[in-house]
Amino acid sequence: MTDLEHPSLAPPVSSVGIVGWMRQNLFSTPLNAGLTLLAVGLIYFLLVPLFEWAVWNADWRGSDQSDCTSGGACWVFIRARLDLFIYGFFPTSEYWRVDVVFALLAVLIVPQFFDRFPRKGWIGLFTLIGFPIIVYFLMMGGSFGLEPVETGKWGGLILTLVLAFVGIVAALPIGIVLALGRRSTMPVIRTICICFIELWRGVPLISVLFMASVMLPLFLPEGVNFDKLLRALIGIVLFQSAYMAEVIRGGLQAIPKGQYEAARALGLGYWKSMSLIILPQALKLVIPGVVNTFIALFKDTTLVLIIGLLDILASVQSAIVDPAWRNVSTEGYLFAAFSFWVFCFSISRYSQALERKLQTGYSR
Amino acid sequence: MVSIAGITGVILFLEIRDSLYMPPADHGSQKVAPWNDPKVRSVVFQFVALITLGYFFYTIFQNTLANMERRGITTGFAFLGNEAGFGILMSLIPYDETYTYGRTFFVGLLNTVLVAGFGIVLATVIGFIIGVARLSNNWLIAKAAMVYIEVLRNIPLLLQIFFWYFAVLQALPSPRQSIAFGGIFHLNNRGLYFPSPIPEAGFSYVIWTLVVAVIGVIWLRRWARRRQEITGQQFPVVWVSIALIVGAPLLVFALTGAPLAWDHPSLQRFSFGGGGRMIPEFMALLWALTMYTAAFIAEIVRAGIQSVSHGQTEAARALGLRNSPTLRLVIIPQSLRVIIPPLTSQYLNLTKNSSLATAIGYPDLVSVFMGTTLNQTGQAVEIVGMTMAVYLTISLLISMFMNAYNKKIALTER
Amino acid sequence: MKKITIGLLGATAAFSMMMGSVQAGTLDDVKRKGSLTCGVSTGLPGFSNANSKNVWSGLDVDVCRAVAAAVLGDAGKVKYTPLTAKERFTALQSGEIDMLSRNTTWTHTRDTSLGINFAGVNYYDGQGFMVSKNLGVKSATELDGAAVCIQAGTTTELNLADYFRLKGMKYKAVVFDTSDQSVKGFESGRCDVLTSDQSQLYALRIKLANPGNAVVLPEVISKEPLGPVVRQGDDAWFNVVKWSLFAMVNAEELGVTSGNVDSMKSSANPGVKRLLSGDAGKKLGLNSDWGYNIVKQVGNYGEAFERNVGKGSALKIGRGLNALWSKGGLQYAPPIR
Repeated sequence: MTDLEHPSLAPPVSSVGIVGWMRQNLFSTPLNAGLTLLAVGLIYFLLVPLFEWAVWNADWRGSDQSDCTSGGACWVFIRARLDLFIYGFFPTSEYWRVDVVFALLAVLIVPQFFDRFPRKGWIGLFTLIGFPIIVYFLMMGGSFGLEPVETGKWGGLILTLVLAFVGIVAALPIGIVLALGRRSTMPVIRTICICFIELWRGVPLISVLFMASVMLPLFLPEGVNFDKLLRALIGIVLFQSAYMAEVIRGGLQAIPKGQYEAARALGLGYWKSMSLIILPQALKLVIPGVVNTFIALFKDTTLVLIIGLLDILASVQSAIVDPAWRNVSTEGYLFAAFSFWVFCFSISRYSQALERKLQTGYSR
Repeated sequence: MVSIAGITGVILFLEIRDSLYMPPADHGSQKVAPWNDPKVRSVVFQFVALITLGYFFYTIFQNTLANMERRGITTGFAFLGNEAGFGILMSLIPYDETYTYGRTFFVGLLNTVLVAGFGIVLATVIGFIIGVARLSNNWLIAKAAMVYIEVLRNIPLLLQIFFWYFAVLQALPSPRQSIAFGGIFHLNNRGLYFPSPIPEAGFSYVIWTLVVAVIGVIWLRRWARRRQEITGQQFPVVWVSIALIVGAPLLVFALTGAPLAWDHPSLQRFSFGGGGRMIPEFMALLWALTMYTAAFIAEIVRAGIQSVSHGQTEAARALGLRNSPTLRLVIIPQSLRVIIPPLTSQYLNLTKNSSLATAIGYPDLVSVFMGTTLNQTGQAVEIVGMTMAVYLTISLLISMFMNAYNKKIALTER
Repeated sequence: MKKITIGLLGATAAFSMMMGSVQAGTLDDVKRKGSLTCGVSTGLPGFSNANSKNVWSGLDVDVCRAVAAAVLGDAGKVKYTPLTAKERFTALQSGEIDMLSRNTTWTHTRDTSLGINFAGVNYYDGQGFMVSKNLGVKSATELDGAAVCIQAGTTTELNLADYFRLKGMKYKAVVFDTSDQSVKGFESGRCDVLTSDQSQLYALRIKLANPGNAVVLPEVISKEPLGPVVRQGDDAWFNVVKWSLFAMVNAEELGVTSGNVDSMKSSANPGVKRLLSGDAGKKLGLNSDWGYNIVKQVGNYGEAFERNVGKGSALKIGRGLNALWSKGGLQYAPPIR
């Protein structure tokens, strides 16, 4: 007798393939089915008109208002004013300097997305320290035969990037010092740090920017004054360093007490044990937090429009009130929103990937 | 400013007191030179830091005084008693041009508290719904929630406020073509108009009934809990509470002959008059704040629920609990411990973000007091100081309240 | 830790040395910097407005340029700081800007308690109302219950309150930060009326999609003398700004224009001589060609007026109150002698 195994029956049609997937994921219970139908309806009534307006009926080509005739979105407007949104009022002949900054940034960022890129750490360090210096000389000009460009002419996307990048790079060391200070055993230092952190965290950024932009010279001796952009940056950095300190404090707290004790047992002093044992571990833990702070800062840079700096949102604002264009506010805001979204979303994805990768330490 | 100094002083006092009770460090038998003694070093270091900081603040203070005096800027808080002379679009307390600058402070403050308060409640509700939807086993719902979260939290709030105000609300029809909802609500580019209730004689009974009902419910809950602890019997607290709070006032309302009239808005020369009105600035700000913060809260809720291990659900099932009690009695109480701390910082963010009102002209504290009043009086230092102190105080109050709540629900281990 | 202590001490020392820096007046400051920082509006055609290349022009901008021409010999050496009405006085008080030329109304409170000085009047104005034509309003007295768009932090806000209170009417003030936003609010129908100084109304009307649809009502409800502003307590600088403006008005009175200034240099008229050369500049702490530079590079008051707000502009405002005193207006500059 041959031992013929009976072939197993194919699963019922209703549990495999698209039908099966839909039964399981969309219509598993009457409630779920209702929700699904509701969601489909909503998506249909929201997305279809949006698609028609933004893509199907939109005007893409042309140079001015008269080319926007179809009743859909007028993307011609974005095309026509794109230079303003990216470069601000940077002199046209010097656009290449901004382009170099963008290109350099892209080249420096790419290695961070690969796991085993040679000298990845050094490139990262250079991005944080060397890159801002290059950008400074490139953008300011006045040396190396470059024509000086005053900061009042900086604007658009490049200004947004400068504000966010400098904000985070300068806030990091201050944040580390504050976080260490907050966990110090010295009561005076700890109190100063707590007060500093809570003070900055408790007030809105626009009041800080207002103070930095119009009131700061009042606090300084007569005749001492500096650039408006620099003053805004000081405000942003101080504000951000308080948030950064709290992120880093979280990392410091996550280091088990044994590490502190082991460092002391080796005879290391405070600074040595911090810089050699604790901080390297803690900073690795807080990288995702730092990246999230960066996203928050990136979005917060829009507030500089309230003090009259021309960031990307402000340049959109100023372009949509131009009488040469009519009713382009939705297009303008959508463009600005999309630019921010692309940056923030990709950074947040990066941070999540990083979080998964770095999840090796003390989480139980 | 005084409050900041006071708080600093209290913290400093507590810290120093604590440090005095610290056990003395053991330096071993060898005597160390004073400059190598950690204790001496620490004292010197702190002393130097304090002196530096004090000197820093002193010079700033001196500079400011000198600068203000040289430029002949009026100082002091006397301006708060002067007549303001300008109108404010929306006020929760009686206000017109004849009131003082001090009054404008409170008008702005209340408007800030109003938008922040509504924003916190709405953002929490929407955030919880979306956070749960994110974990739904319905694929479409879960993805829709994810898209909502990823889109809204990656776009700057200011941009969202501008979008809702300039692109959406200002595109609404004019009062004459307003969108009517059943002839009761009218929506147009001047705002949302709705009938406002006018209490008549006897309405106070309804209010009193409500107060009594609330007190009754509080007492009932305590009693039911005690009874359950002693006898193990459950009492349908929720249903009885709802019946008491909703039913009793309604009954009294009917018995007293419905003592409530409605003031319906009607079209007048320029716009609607009468009734209640929600200005578009308020709607845009509240809407944007709510939608933005809800995206963050949804993520917090998701993380909170996911932090409760699946074993808890299985254990609850094993005990014979059904879906709803599992969620209510097992999952949510545990996830709240993870949710509350980040939720607190979202509340703080929302409150501070409400200051963006100034960009669209909603008369909040920054817009009215740090805006118009500052401009009319020119006393920047006093006014900005007061404004920052208010936000600091609100932040500290929210933190205190949420910390207390967190402590209450924290795991009490035996 | 020792290093940090030393660092802190060093920082303190550096800080205290910084404190001891010399306190110079604004005039020396501007000369040293080689540029004038001038506070202007965020965009108001005819008075101070930047085109898409960020080049500023307008009647108020011309005052800044005249001062730069007088002090630095080059009208182009101005850095413009756009300010909202709310920020302007704080920015001036704090020293963020050297002078403010931003259609600012000269009032008693501002002059006495803000620590600022008004250096003359470059435009006599009054507050008016603009309404949409299809509203059918003919007079400001018919505006009871209207929603009014205004710019935050202006005298307009106060005048409006006074006017409506006096007439026993009610209004709702919709307050925006910039004039662009208030125009947008008016255009979208958020408010029925846009109120501002009349000159501004004409300027803002050309920003509307359909300027013909809006009418400016006849009523003028206030006096609005607009002029450049400087910080109090710096008399040398106050004089420079004041006399730069007067030089423009005097030049018009004397018939000196940017076109004929070179030939007028050899004029026999002693008044012209004192304006274009002579020691008037020295007494202000400037070069003797200060007046020449102003007229040559910026023009006289009449030229600036016609170019920016008058016949040569989109605004087409008549001279009216701003004509010379000899032609029935109010522009009257003290003589240079």
